[in-house]
Amino acid sequence: MLKKWLYITFMSLLFTASAKAQLVIEITSGADQLLPIAVVPFGYDGLGALPEDVAQIIEDDLKRSGLFQAIPRGNMLSMPSKEADVFYRDWRLLKSDYVVIGTVKKLTNGQYRIGFELLNVLSQKPVEKHASIDVSPTNFRDAAHYISDKVYELLTGSRGAFSTRILYVTAEGDRSAPTFKLQVADADGHRPQVIVESKEPILSPSWSQDGRNIAYVMFRNRRPNIFIQELATGKRQKIAQFRGLNGAPAWSPDGKKLALVLSKDNNPEVYTLDIATQKLERMTNHYAIDTEPSWEPDGKGIIFTSDRGGSPQIYRLDVRSKRVERVTFEGVSNTRARMTPDGRYIVTIQKNDGNYHVALQDMKTGRVQTLTETYLDESPSIAPNGSMVIYATTYEGKGILAVVSVDGLVKYRLPSADGDVREPSWSPYFK
Amino acid sequence: MSVNKLGKFAVIGLSAAVIAGCSTTATDTDTSTTAEDATSTEQADTTASSDASFGAGEESAPTSVIVEDTASTEEVVDKMASLAGVATVFYFDFDKSIVRPESREALAKHAQYLVANPEARVTLEGHADERGTREYNMALGERRAKAVSRYLTIQGVAASQIESVSFGEEVPVAFSHDDNAWQLNRRVEVRYEK
Repeated sequence: MLKKWLYITFMSLLFTASAKAQLVIEITSGADQLLPIAVVPFGYDGLGALPEDVAQIIEDDLKRSGLFQAIPRGNMLSMPSKEADVFYRDWRLLKSDYVVIGTVKKLTNGQYRIGFELLNVLSQKPVEKHASIDVSPTNFRDAAHYISDKVYELLTGSRGAFSTRILYVTAEGDRSAPTFKLQVADADGHRPQVIVESKEPILSPSWSQDGRNIAYVMFRNRRPNIFIQELATGKRQKIAQFRGLNGAPAWSPDGKKLALVLSKDNNPEVYTLDIATQKLERMTNHYAIDTEPSWEPDGKGIIFTSDRGGSPQIYRLDVRSKRVERVTFEGVSNTRARMTPDGRYIVTIQKNDGNYHVALQDMKTGRVQTLTETYLDESPSIAPNGSMVIYATTYEGKGILAVVSVDGLVKYRLPSADGDVREPSWSPYFK
Repeated sequence: MSVNKLGKFAVIGLSAAVIAGCSTTATDTDTSTTAEDATSTEQADTTASSDASFGAGEESAPTSVIVEDTASTEEVVDKMASLAGVATVFYFDFDKSIVRPESREALAKHAQYLVANPEARVTLEGHADERGTREYNMALGERRAKAVSRYLTIQGVAASQIESVSFGEEVPVAFSHDDNAWQLNRRVEVRYEK
């Protein structure tokens, strides 16, 4: 519930002003029935230009969810910034069901107070009381995403994921000697920051459950190592450099352990590493490939890829008993599974007729649905509200990121301005 | 391993450790960007180098493809003369890790060389094409490197002379998205420690 005056101090982490988006969003398909909403440019009584157009960011967020249709600014008959100035019949005329209005006010301490209100055109009443956020000029985008989250939650009943971030890897420059960059950006691709840069490959970035730490694989001296790194400070720790594979790190839901893949005992097996005690525990024991572990949301199971049945398929490992059972049966192969936060579905990369697509499997009914029709899909990662899957694919000969909703209806691409993009990892909610 | 070589290991290992130490312990509060390539760029200019903690030879440019051996000293050239013109890249079928019949002759020559020079060390670098998921391909690349490793050990090469490493699909040599490129990328590269 929003209180009348709500003050939020945004974690500024390492993110500074740059509003340049490296990844540009192209929406390719949306839901059948879109909810019409008008996001009116926010009123500002101060001088000069504001650092960001808050209303535009909110509008873009809502459109990107694939559930909303925005009333173009050019069609608006008026641009009210407080409810008293709103003529509801104007908005009914424009067939807008909801209106978001707001104000920006400069405070004496250099901060800005951003107030907003969501209005229901049919009932002619605010959906919620007026609320506001105080932010520094560099956090305007955070404020806008916060408002988008609130609007989304009020109108859909489920939590928004606009304030989240994505990790990804780019390979830039000469393709035969590229520079690899591990980057973090807002979920809309804005404010990219380079975390690590290397001439050797970087892959498999993953978030800790509180969003403060990341783990990734980076080659050094032509061998793969696993690192964990605190985002805010850049403090980094090498946690695995065994002989052979060191790969696929995945944080446990309680943040205490990492699942990872090592081949130090001959062939790829799933292990868990207790981060505090450094205790390593072998979880699988099979001569086949066992890799790509991912924890179930309750931490009781680990789903992973294994070719023990002849072709790569998804299996589930019970963490306590270490008992293994097969999960996927449809498709030539299924790899790199991730489970939705409610535990209901898994997404996998499914191979059929030589194509690799993101597939969704209902864990209760076993029903499988192919979500994408893009080319050479890999690395699916699910938004913390379970609504969307970000994945890597190949488009016009380049590695790009793309997003598909769990129901398969909403699709958009996030191509990069330069180089190939791959290995997306959607952050959890930030506390 | 000669004393002379040990000395080289120690010196380069130390400098690498210093550089690595700087980057791993640096905690810059403005940004957490860490330049990672300092070590490898430096090492790219030295013909022989190794990070002490890995204990195996390496050449730095991670994406270069060895088609022919580039020997660094005359001594090495003499020793490796028996390998002149012998293939160092071996190809595999899709999703397979079986050494192809046409690879056997060249691999036998590598085995002979390694048996005759028990101090020689070799790294087998396995690679996969871009299809399929990245960590699975890491495992697949390793499986290929190990298939070659087994082929060598069966012919008498000591396991301690061989290290298998996988790059998965991360370091392709051909960049189009077709059968031809995929075939070139499904490979194991034989690299001698210099």
